[in-house]
Amino acid sequence: MEKKPGSPVRLFSTYARSSTRRVRLMDGIAGKGTMAAGLLIVALLVLLLNEMFRLSLPAICHFGIGFFTSSDWDPQGERFGVLPFLYGTLVSSAIALVIAIPFGIGTALFLTELAPQRLRGAVAFVVDMLAAIPSVVYGLWGVFVLAPLMQSHVGPFLEKTLGFLPLFRGPFYGGVSMLTAGLILAVMVVPFIVAIAREVLLTVPVDLKAASYALGATQWETIWKVVLPYSRVGIGGGVVLALGRALGETMAVTMVIGNQPRINASILQPGYSMAAVLANEFNEASSKLYLSVLVEVGLTLFLVTFLINIAARVLLWRMRSVHPH
Amino acid sequence: MSTPIKLELGGAASGSLRRMQNRMFLCLTGAAALTLLVPLFGILGYLVTRGIGAINLDFFISLPKPVGETGGGVANAIVGSLMVIVMAGAAAIPCGVLASVYICEFAPGSRFSSIIRFVCDMLNSTPSIILGIFAYGMVVLRMGHFSALAGAFALFVMMTPVVVRATEEILRTVPNSIREASVGLGGTRWQTVWHVVLPAARSGIVTGVFLALARVGGETAPLLFTAFGNQFWNLDPRQPINTLPVQIYKFATSPYADWHRQAWAAALLLVIMIAVISSTVRALTARR
Repeated sequence: MEKKPGSPVRLFSTYARSSTRRVRLMDGIAGKGTMAAGLLIVALLVLLLNEMFRLSLPAICHFGIGFFTSSDWDPQGERFGVLPFLYGTLVSSAIALVIAIPFGIGTALFLTELAPQRLRGAVAFVVDMLAAIPSVVYGLWGVFVLAPLMQSHVGPFLEKTLGFLPLFRGPFYGGVSMLTAGLILAVMVVPFIVAIAREVLLTVPVDLKAASYALGATQWETIWKVVLPYSRVGIGGGVVLALGRALGETMAVTMVIGNQPRINASILQPGYSMAAVLANEFNEASSKLYLSVLVEVGLTLFLVTFLINIAARVLLWRMRSVHPH
Repeated sequence: MSTPIKLELGGAASGSLRRMQNRMFLCLTGAAALTLLVPLFGILGYLVTRGIGAINLDFFISLPKPVGETGGGVANAIVGSLMVIVMAGAAAIPCGVLASVYICEFAPGSRFSSIIRFVCDMLNSTPSIILGIFAYGMVVLRMGHFSALAGAFALFVMMTPVVVRATEEILRTVPNSIREASVGLGGTRWQTVWHVVLPAARSGIVTGVFLALARVGGETAPLLFTAFGNQFWNLDPRQPINTLPVQIYKFATSPYADWHRQAWAAALLLVIMIAVISSTVRALTARR
């Protein structure tokens, strides 16, 4: 066979013949080496769990189950309860999802069903950019642009029109509130929902849509009665994945949620989230117990996101087993 | 998935009500996509108009000024960010690529491979502040003080699973026929990986790695109680170091107008750096 320099044929024949021993050795080393890298990654998760338990053990022993039922947060008096933070994390994430779901799915539908090819690239670019902006920059914008806007316009408007509900009652504190945090979070998780919903929508078989059109359905009727029911489970998985993101989001939330460890019915009032209390107080923890309590808050956050992500994976996996493609 | 069949859309709706409903809801999906422009241009617009004024030569070459003095810059934060990211990448890239080579080439479909993949998904979805606590326990407590190394460790844990998943996706696109060709010529497994599969996947892996770098480059939360921050120059990885995202956070949460101005400038710089990295990488790969 003709041997050109650089052609794969030459590379392999020479390697295999002249240095069989070395090659075999190399094969063994490579197999072990790559496996070691995999082991290291698994070890990281084990170490992470171990470290969190080790550091939070004093708090777990000291407070027991009371930690999850108390809403006191008094570092000086050493009385700690995680409830206000759990509440703040869940409520701000729920607000984010309520806002992000229609926009996310709407955009994904527009991308897959409607937009002409040229527009598709532009919309995808916008979504990518939103995903690429760092959390702290969202926070900066939230503090100096969104919060004043909430204080001067959105808050008073909501109170005037919907103030009969306890959900929308003042007074306002400079525009920082659960709703502000939820709004920022919504912008941050929309790209996730769009990305996954788009992927799921692309798997809808063309035959199904064609059948629907053949029966005389309009495009919207096809989307509503064929496309969305078909992709329901997968989109659900994407939404739950986005929820996982929102729960753990730290910087932007810390900067706009108001950082008040109180449980308030009104979303126009400040709250606090688990990630935010870690960002604010971890460096100020003066006693061993205080630090241990904060790690336990972290552990709680970890377990909540862990469960949410398992749920998302189950949904996405179910979609694949129901509609194998 | 994408089929060449182009559906002729049904314009045959009988009632004008159905036609109106159709048009209305289709417009709504377009409106949803358009609405996403509002926050994007809101943020970019403010970044440029508020940030550009505070960017000058001084901003790039001097240290942050103490409270009360105007001016100063973020030179140490730029260098610190680069240092931490390079250290994290130097550990995460080989580790991530090797692990995904194991998953895809050495033991595809094995039980351990799916465990690694699951662990990567779990680490990937762990809130970044938790990784800060992890690094605090592993490195800061053991060393006795904050350090650039601790920050790099936190970012390493964050970046590795991203690299694994990105590389894995690329390795899957390498057609099996060229693996078979290599084996048919007597290539061993490692030779096949090293001389055939990895070169074929190189540009994709580079893309994935740079996107992962861009992603961890903007992270603040894992650095707050690991790299911590520093007002002065520091090039020693064992000492606390300033980073751009943490500096933005400090500027933004301070009560001083001049620091707010610098927060916008530093944020503009950070977003430009990230946008340049990711769009260059995208443009390069799109051409291939």
